[in-house]
Amino acid sequence: MSDEDDKGGGFFKRLSKGLSKTRGSLAAGVGNLILGEKVIDEDVLEELETALLLTDVGVEATDKIMASLTPRIKRKQLNNTVALHAALADELKALLAPLEKPFCVDTESKPCVVMFVGVNGAGKTTTLGKIASHLTAQGRSLVLAAGDTFRAAAVEQLQEWGHRNAVEVIAQGQGADSASVVFDAVASARARGIDVVLADTAGRLQAKANLMEELSKVKRVMARDDASAPHEVLLVLDAGTGQNALSQLDLFDQAVGVTGLVVTKLDGTAKAGVLFALAARNPKPIYFIGVGEGIEDLRPFDADSFVDALLGNL
Amino acid sequence: MFDSLSDRLTNTLRGLSGKARLTEENIADTLREVRRALLEADVALPVVKDFVDAVSRRAVGVTVSSALNPGEEFVKIVHAQLVELMGEDNDELNLNAKPPVVILMAGLQGAGKTTTVAKLARYLAERQKKKVSVVSADVYRPAAITQLQTLAAEVGATFIESSTDEKPLAIAERAVATARTQFADVLIVDTAGRLAIDDAMMAEIQSLQGALQPTETLFVVDAMTGQDAANTAKAFNDALTLTGVVLAKTDGDARGGAALSVRAITGKPIKFLGVGEKVDALEPFHSDRIASRILGMGDILSLIEEAERKVDKQKAQRLAKKMSRGKKFDLEDFRDQLQQMSNMGGVGSLLDKLPGMGQLPAGVADQVDDGMFKKMEVIISSMTPHERRYPDVINGSRKQRIARGSGTAVPDVNRLLKQHKQMQKMMKKVSKKGGMQKMMRGMQGLSQQGGRPMPRRR
Repeated sequence: MSDEDDKGGGFFKRLSKGLSKTRGSLAAGVGNLILGEKVIDEDVLEELETALLLTDVGVEATDKIMASLTPRIKRKQLNNTVALHAALADELKALLAPLEKPFCVDTESKPCVVMFVGVNGAGKTTTLGKIASHLTAQGRSLVLAAGDTFRAAAVEQLQEWGHRNAVEVIAQGQGADSASVVFDAVASARARGIDVVLADTAGRLQAKANLMEELSKVKRVMARDDASAPHEVLLVLDAGTGQNALSQLDLFDQAVGVTGLVVTKLDGTAKAGVLFALAARNPKPIYFIGVGEGIEDLRPFDADSFVDALLGNL
Repeated sequence: MFDSLSDRLTNTLRGLSGKARLTEENIADTLREVRRALLEADVALPVVKDFVDAVSRRAVGVTVSSALNPGEEFVKIVHAQLVELMGEDNDELNLNAKPPVVILMAGLQGAGKTTTVAKLARYLAERQKKKVSVVSADVYRPAAITQLQTLAAEVGATFIESSTDEKPLAIAERAVATARTQFADVLIVDTAGRLAIDDAMMAEIQSLQGALQPTETLFVVDAMTGQDAANTAKAFNDALTLTGVVLAKTDGDARGGAALSVRAITGKPIKFLGVGEKVDALEPFHSDRIASRILGMGDILSLIEEAERKVDKQKAQRLAKKMSRGKKFDLEDFRDQLQQMSNMGGVGSLLDKLPGMGQLPAGVADQVDDGMFKKMEVIISSMTPHERRYPDVINGSRKQRIARGSGTAVPDVNRLLKQHKQMQKMMKKVSKKGGMQKMMRGMQGLSQQGGRPMPRRR
């Protein structure tokens, strides 16, 4: 589907290619600022604010970012647009840098249990499949748990990923009890000394109290034989999501204790500026970002290259 | 979440009541708040700009009547402008063509296309008595075809086979021929999710539209989408001749500003809303409801509809009968009420939909949590049927047993019994002759104030 020739471009190229449209919107503003080292005036600041808002940074976080730059502008520490741009990049990087954390499966516990949660259509099953490929390539033994027992053919979709990676999928079919599927998978992995269990769950909107309660139950069941399980709870977030991402993180965190984020679909025009708002409100490690459909397009998150790609690396 | 727009606008317009007219100068701050509110609801920035200008034009010169609070007056203007922009309610699907009439679905990955296909198939079959066939041209996502097959069986639509070895165009052309031999009235063609910047994939769906000549090409968009809704809608609208929009996943807590963005940018009507995971959860679009929601003003109509759907009518009628016979409202009835409340998604989701809830002091909203009601339910469940029917027999030692059984303490049980007493008193009033009418009159009084939010209590 995507052009094969670009695959060798390396992470940064792919990322900045994926993020090029954000660069389009942010850099359109920022790029204009740069021309001729203009003096910073109201118009420049408004353009900058606009650029941030357009990437879903959100009103509150944008205000904060702008507010952190203003005193330095007033004190003339930032006296031209080039300096302003550099200061902005530093500011944004500082916000996201603490969220960089490599995703490594806990080798102490066998199995290490990783649970995938998120709203409908965020890309949980696809992300799970890609992480399965990564782990298989690292030589880990895996079991996939088909915990999405609600959506039609979700089990078949996971089985296809299992097939591609030659990994066993524990499933009971549509309509089965999700908690029991996951429990079986964990038990079976433990009995056979498997390294990692990747547990899929059905997508659900975070405002649905009963569905969130069901998700908490799935989590409780995992801890039955090993109190430390699940070792990771990954919230999968669609890059296109707007300010609702804040509520998603809040409520999923409340229900199951999110330990990290995966941001999907960053190869489109959506840029997930909401991550800055999330970082300010409830910082969680960002383990992976998805910048394409291929397995190798699920990349570890790197704050510097994310921000550089966002700002157009000027 | 709980600060209401009208409150915020009122603040910016404070001190205005003496002045007779709204002018560009005295509404500047207010417009900033409107802009902020729309951005918080994820309306795309370019759309916000145009919208705020339009509101400004509409507002300047308006006389603030001394009776109305200027903030509310302003909300009315904003709301009216929103409704106008959103367009007509529920544009029906155009099925005026030689059968099989083709409906083509388009959208990003994970927007909700396949689920929407099933919902539409069911809608057309049930409401319009159409014979519907469906086919999937998604040869990329694993099990996408199986997903549609399962859903088709669920909604009683005819599923036309396809395989991942085929080209989408070949699938589509074959499906039209097959649907014709099946004497289907409508053929819905599901497609793979695609990014608007993926040229090869956009060319593919263009060729599908060219070959199928659908009467409807529906763009499915996720209600939680942020600023990108504008880019995506524009790209799809440029590449395809769209005829309408389906806003999916509106049953969450997203404010749904994407609806306004897509509508403003494509100019195409929003035809349906996806309101749940089940295949019957598809509703015709109503502009005033979405407008209220985007403004965070609550959505009382949806609330009523949801209540009608979820509340167990038989139980409600049984209770009404019981009351009218002069029977007491016992703890069993109380528990039913609590359960119905949690069926509707809990107090939190109810509060969100109620207009005026923004006026509540922040602490109040946090105090009412669903856990509290769950606890009450558990306490009642720990009683014997006899105790539930005759709460007066519950003495000290019984209270201790109930507290132990429900994992609570005696004061919790006492509190519950007191709350039940209050409910009982209220029910008695309602069931008295003329009580209901009196209550309804009271409510009418409320609505005559033009649906003004409740006064702030301190």
